[in-house]
This record gives sequence, structure tokens and C-alpha cells, in this order.
Amino acid sequence: MEGSRKGAVDMLAGDELSLGLPGGDGAKLDFVRTGGKRGFSETEVDLKLDLNGKESSSVEKVRPADPAKPPPAKAQVVGWPPVRSYRKNVIANNNKNSSGQDQAGEKGGLSGATSSLTFVKVSMDGAPYLRKIELKMYKTYKELSDALGKMFGSFTTGNYEAHQGMIDFMNENKLKDLLNRSDYVSTYEDKDGDWMLVGDVPWEMFIASCKRLRIMKGSEAIGLAPRAMEKCKGRG
Amino acid sequence: MSENDRHHPQQNHFCPAETMSEDEDPCRPSPPPPPPPPEPVSKKTRNCAAVHPSPHSDRVLEIVLEHVLQFLTVRRDRNAASLVCKSWYRTEALTRSDVFIGNCYSVSPARVTTRFPRVRSVVIKGRPRFADFNLMPQNWGAHFGPWVATMGKAYPLLERVYLKRMSLTDRDLCLLADSFTKFKDLVLVCCEGFGTSGLAAVASKCRQLRVLDLSDTEVLYDGVDWISCFPEGETCLESLIFDCVECPINFEALESLVVRSPALKKLRLNREVSIGQLYRLVVRAPSLTHLGTGAFGHPEPQDPNDQEMDYGSAFSACKSLVCLSGFREVMPEYLPAIHSICTNLMSLNLSYANIGVEQFKLLIQHCCRLQVLWVLDSVCDEGLQAVAATCRDLRELRVFPLNAQEDVEGPVSEVGLQAISEGCPKLESILYFCQRMTNAAVVAMSNNCPDLVVFRLCIMGRHQPDHITGAPMDEGFGAIVMNCKKLTRLAISGLLTDRAFAYIGRYGKLVRTLSVAFAGDSDTGLKYVLEGCPKLQKLEIRDSPFGDAALLSGLHHYYNMRFLWMSTCQLSQRGCEEVARALPRLAVELLSYEENEEMDNETVDVLYMYRSLQGPRDDAPQFVRIL
Repeated sequence: MEGSRKGAVDMLAGDELSLGLPGGDGAKLDFVRTGGKRGFSETEVDLKLDLNGKESSSVEKVRPADPAKPPPAKAQVVGWPPVRSYRKNVIANNNKNSSGQDQAGEKGGLSGATSSLTFVKVSMDGAPYLRKIELKMYKTYKELSDALGKMFGSFTTGNYEAHQGMIDFMNENKLKDLLNRSDYVSTYEDKDGDWMLVGDVPWEMFIASCKRLRIMKGSEAIGLAPRAMEKCKGRG
Repeated sequence: MSENDRHHPQQNHFCPAETMSEDEDPCRPSPPPPPPPPEPVSKKTRNCAAVHPSPHSDRVLEIVLEHVLQFLTVRRDRNAASLVCKSWYRTEALTRSDVFIGNCYSVSPARVTTRFPRVRSVVIKGRPRFADFNLMPQNWGAHFGPWVATMGKAYPLLERVYLKRMSLTDRDLCLLADSFTKFKDLVLVCCEGFGTSGLAAVASKCRQLRVLDLSDTEVLYDGVDWISCFPEGETCLESLIFDCVECPINFEALESLVVRSPALKKLRLNREVSIGQLYRLVVRAPSLTHLGTGAFGHPEPQDPNDQEMDYGSAFSACKSLVCLSGFREVMPEYLPAIHSICTNLMSLNLSYANIGVEQFKLLIQHCCRLQVLWVLDSVCDEGLQAVAATCRDLRELRVFPLNAQEDVEGPVSEVGLQAISEGCPKLESILYFCQRMTNAAVVAMSNNCPDLVVFRLCIMGRHQPDHITGAPMDEGFGAIVMNCKKLTRLAISGLLTDRAFAYIGRYGKLVRTLSVAFAGDSDTGLKYVLEGCPKLQKLEIRDSPFGDAALLSGLHHYYNMRFLWMSTCQLSQRGCEEVARALPRLAVELLSYEENEEMDNETVDVLYMYRSLQGPRDDAPQFVRIL
């Protein structure tokens, strides 16, 4: 590689770099494709060399792709092209004739902007080990609690009361009743480090702020109050 | 246009104006600033002059200096003044009212508040830009919490906070609202971590709130109706920008707010606001200068018996409108309503609107005074040709991709770029996404647009050569750095060899920000840049074959930089450790993409390094290792 680059280096050592445009002034440089050098990202290099027949060792006139036979799609690389997820999501939404109102989680930037995976640990009081789950795999609280029930069902003979949806947090009596009835309830730690009951905020908000899950005895969970009643409460 | 809107190519025109982007931090480690003198309990206080009939001559000079320094507003000038001597350092610190922190980890909040006791306005920037593209793992840091906690006590009279790429919680916003009774301006750009509760706290408690701007900021909807939380009666609001907030809006409350905000000049609505609702707002606020139209459509099909509103005359009544954006769910049949105001427009942002060539041409033909245009590439080369024909005064152009993928047919190409270069000679800033490009067109732009300050070309296919000649894009970018003598920001793409970097190092003497992706052949490339570009401040590189040798060639310069980002390059831990040893005031962070994994001893996923006076930060998550 160094040999073929010598011309370029010599030019650079001296005076003005002249722009070597094809057909223009300036020495014509060989442009040797050094595809093999780019070993750092194996996947993309392999794909490129395999799928695009025109990527041979020396430069040829590159014809635009034959429209009748588009090249197979490359694997998408993270963060490329550099367009923010929010923008991509808004435009994608615009393309659906606004008649199609939203699949959950697709509207807006909430899920888009946090498109990287976030695993959370799930622990259960009395179980010998932790589990890890990917919250974005679930679309609703019901799905989540079904999954948790399956995961930890073998550790409990008691009554694992799954929240079917949002708790009616405005009714404290109902809440206490629920906690007393269940042997186990799900709780989670949010971004601020507070422990909350699973189910008291909208789903999107939950998956964005949940850091970790803990299934605890219902009686222990009585002290947790719903978020909306706590945050900024009493601050006028 | 007011002074704040005076066009500056480095400003993001559709984000709120920040102070000029000078890249001097107040507390650079090199040369180290003179340490603050021990706080004197001396007779030489301000009141001294009043007590003694003939003040000590030193004091006279200090008083004069204080008065004179009030006139210094530019950050760089103030920094220079502070280095003259201790007395100037002290006086400058007392009179500085605007503080700019380019990297929140470069200095601790306590240090800032100790040195500058009388600050009214703060700008703090956090994450590096590549974090916007998911290249940085979540929860890296940049928390506003420590700042608001410290400033809450030190700056009770704080009026303005501008944050970019910071994380803040509802609690932080509550604390802000509680601590600063005279708070006026809150500007959050690319921030996240809080919800509508936090906004409600600000709205309800900051009685003198003038500016509430949320741009590209993620706001969680936690059910709180924050628009209703503004106090009753007239407000001081001049700017209310929430076009990125993805949550339902209580329209009646919004309407009432607009009606009782007589000073309101800038209003940018989110896409929950339909065109019918927009109409109602516009007729009540015809003196707006900046408008974000929200959806500019409506979700439900209209009953054909409903009388169609006269949108056209509503908009034409807005004689002061100079900046138009929104169109988040545009229904193109409504676009003619804005034709009448197009002649006044200086800025137009259609970058969320998928409109076709013909409709775009009908619109743009009226926009003869346009200086800033953001569009989607759905307007095609033909649309750009129409821009070139009409917008002779264009200073800034951004062309975003409708379909942000590689290996698809792109509607814009070198044809559009060439046309723009020929029709818009005053162009200063361009961001252009495309699927194919030629050196010739880029060279043409370098010749036709000598005023270019920002040149960002994104050829979306990685390693794409000139699609006509098959050559690398070296010559095109070389021409840009050679011919555009004012260039300070450059983003390169396409097939690029070390030669492109040689050009940049040789000619890019004013370049401050450089973005590199999938480019170069060897360490030599990066060496050219690090050795050749004395003004380089921000260097972000991804997926390029640069290794330790290249990294070490920049040791002489890293203290002068805001940051260096290198991800998925060929760095090893040993190389990074060597840098950390050689430069103790540099924070060298290694980030790992695999959560909770032991870091492989050799490869480095992400290197992020920046100068810092405060030493390694204590809030780094598990995947960050600070050398």
C-alpha cells in the first residue's frame, strides 16, 4: 500500500497541493481501493465487497445501480446516516396517511429517541437468582405481568396478583385492598431512585423511567405511593 | 428582525439563539488561570470609596475598571482581560454576568460560582453531539442536578438558563423554579429526563417567565396539564416553543394563554395542534414574528358541510411573520394559505413536511427574501433548482433525507448542489444529505460560495465515491477547505483517503469543528489534521482506521480542544493510557458498548476525552472507565 501512496506523499511534502481532478491539472493519482485495509468493522467490509460487484480492486467508471435490479440492502449501521431518531419518527409518521392513528409506542419520539435496548434486572423476594428482561419487548402492563408470572411462578405458591393496567391511584382504599389481597406485587425503581408501584403511570413513561424491578410481598409495598401524588406535591 | 435573530451561520436558526459560539471556556487549564486570591478581609472594599474622601489610587483604577469591563460582552475579550493581572482577574470575575460552560464536566459548579459571584445567565452544554445518534450508551451523565443545586444558593438572581444535551429531572426543574425568583428564560435544546410535571412547576412559579423554549427535547407525558399552570392574568411571555413535545395539549388553556400574553412574539406549536386550532391562535396573535404551525392538517376528515376557514386571510394578517416552521402532519392542500406571507419570510423550515416538487415550487417562488431554508429531499433536485432561481439571498440551507437509509434511490444529488451554488452565492452554511455526489459539484460550490462557514455533506452510502468518475471525494472536500477561507465547520463523507485529510490539515486553518465517519486509510490521515489545524476544538470521528500512533500525535493540542470523540476506530487501551499519563488535566473516558461486560483489554469502543479542571467525575456509570 505504501508504494502506491508514494506519489501522494511526495506531492504533500512539497508546495501547494494541486487538485487532481480528472481531466484537470495536477498529477493523476492512482486510486487503489484499499478495501482490505479496513478490517476494523468486519461486517460492513464483508457486506460491501460481497454484495456490490463493482467494488473491485481498481477504480472503474461506476454506473449507477441498474434500476431493474437494485442491490440488496446493506445491514443498517447504528447511528448512520446521522439523523436524529426523533426526526426519523416524525417523518415516518407523516408518511402513514394520518388516518392510521398510531400503534402504541410508535407515535412520537418517546420510543424512537430511546431506541437502544435497555435491560432491567428483575428480582423477587425469596427467589435465589435475578432475571434480566428487555422492557421494550412488551407493549402493555398485562404482557409484562404475564411474563413475570411465568418467570417467577415456580417460586411462589401464593397469589401473584397481576395488575391488568393502570392502578386507580386516586382511590387509596382500593389500592390498600389490592396490596392486602396479593401475596406479591411488582415494584420498580425509577430514574430518580424512588421505588414505585408498577402500573401507576402510563406505559411509555414506565419503560422510559424504569431502572429495575422488584417483586415483593404485598404487605411490604403498602408504603409506596403513586408517583403523581408524590412528585412536586405540596410545592404550590 | 430583532437583534437576536440576526443571522449567524453557526447558530441553529430553528433552535433558540445562543450567545456566539466562542470556544473559550472561562477556566482553561492551559495556561492555567491565576488562582483566585484569598478572600480579603481588607479595607479595600467598594464602600471604601464612599467613606474616605480621597480613595486610594488603586481603588480608583479598580472602580474605573469595573465600569469599563461592563462593556465587554464577548467571552473571548473577557477571558483575555482576566489574564492581565490579579486585579483585572478579580474585577472581571465580579462583573461577568454571562457564563458559558462548553462542557459540563470541565469545571465543577462550585468553582464557577466561587469565581463568578454575580451571574445572571448560564449556558451549559453536556453530551457530545454523536450521542444524538445512539453512539453513546444511555445514562452517561451530563446531569443538571448538581448545577441547579449549587447555583440555587449562589445565584438567587439568576435569570437565564440555556442547556444543551443535558439530563434534567422534574426535581431539578422544581428546584430551579423555587430558587430563582426573577427567572426569565429557560431554553432546553436536545435535553431529556423530565416530564410535564417539571414544566408545570416552571410555568406556575416563574412569574416573570419570558422565554420557555424546548427544542428537540424529549418530554415525558406524565398526565400533568402544564399549559394550564401558567398564572392567571397577563404574562410576560415573549417566546413559547414546544414543537417537539409529544403530548396532548389543553387547547382552551393554550388559547387563553396566548390571549393574555401581549408580548408574545415566538410561538411554536406541537403536532397535537390542528390547523383549525392554529387558525384560532393566529387570529388572536397577529403580531407574531416566529410561528411553528403544529400539524398544519387535521386528523379527522372534515365534514364537507363545515365552512372552510379562511386560512389565507388569517395568515396574511400576520405582517410581522418572518420565521415559519412546523408542518408536522401537513396536508398540502392548505399550503396556499401561506403564499401571501412568503414574501416576508426570512426563515422557512419544511423539514418535517413531505411535500412534492410541484407544491414546493408553488410555495418557494414567492420566497424571494429567504435567508434560511430547511427542507426534505422530497423536493428533489428540481425543487432545489427552484430555490436557486428565487432565493438569491440564501445564507443557510439544510436538506434532510425523507428516507434515511443507505442503498436507496435518492431524490437529490450533485445536480441540486450545483444549482444552489450557482443561484445562492451568499451561502454561508449548508447541510446536505444525498445518495450520490460528484467532486465537480463540490468544487463548483467551493468556487461559487466563498462565504461558506459551515459545510456538511452527508453522502449516505458509506465509502461512496464520485458516482460519475468513481474517484474518492478527496478533491471535492480539498477544494472546499482551499477556497472557502472562512470555513470553521466541516463534515465529510463518501469514499475518502488520507489525501482528503492532508488537504484539511494544509488548508483548514480556521476549522474548529470536524466530523469524520468511515473515512481515511491510516494513522497518517488523522495526523495531518491534528498537526495542521491549530483552531481545532471539536473532533468527532467514527469507524475510521486511526490508531494509537495517530492519537499520540495530537498531544500538543488536546488542551486547546473542547473534546475529542473516537468510536469504533483502532485505538487500544494502552494508547489511551499513554495520553492520560502525558496530559493529567485531560479526562480520558473509555466507554463500552457491552453493558456490564469486562472491557476487553485491547479494543476501545469509544474514547471521549476533554480537558477538565475538576478531575475524574464521580457520577460515571458502569460502562465508563476514566483513566
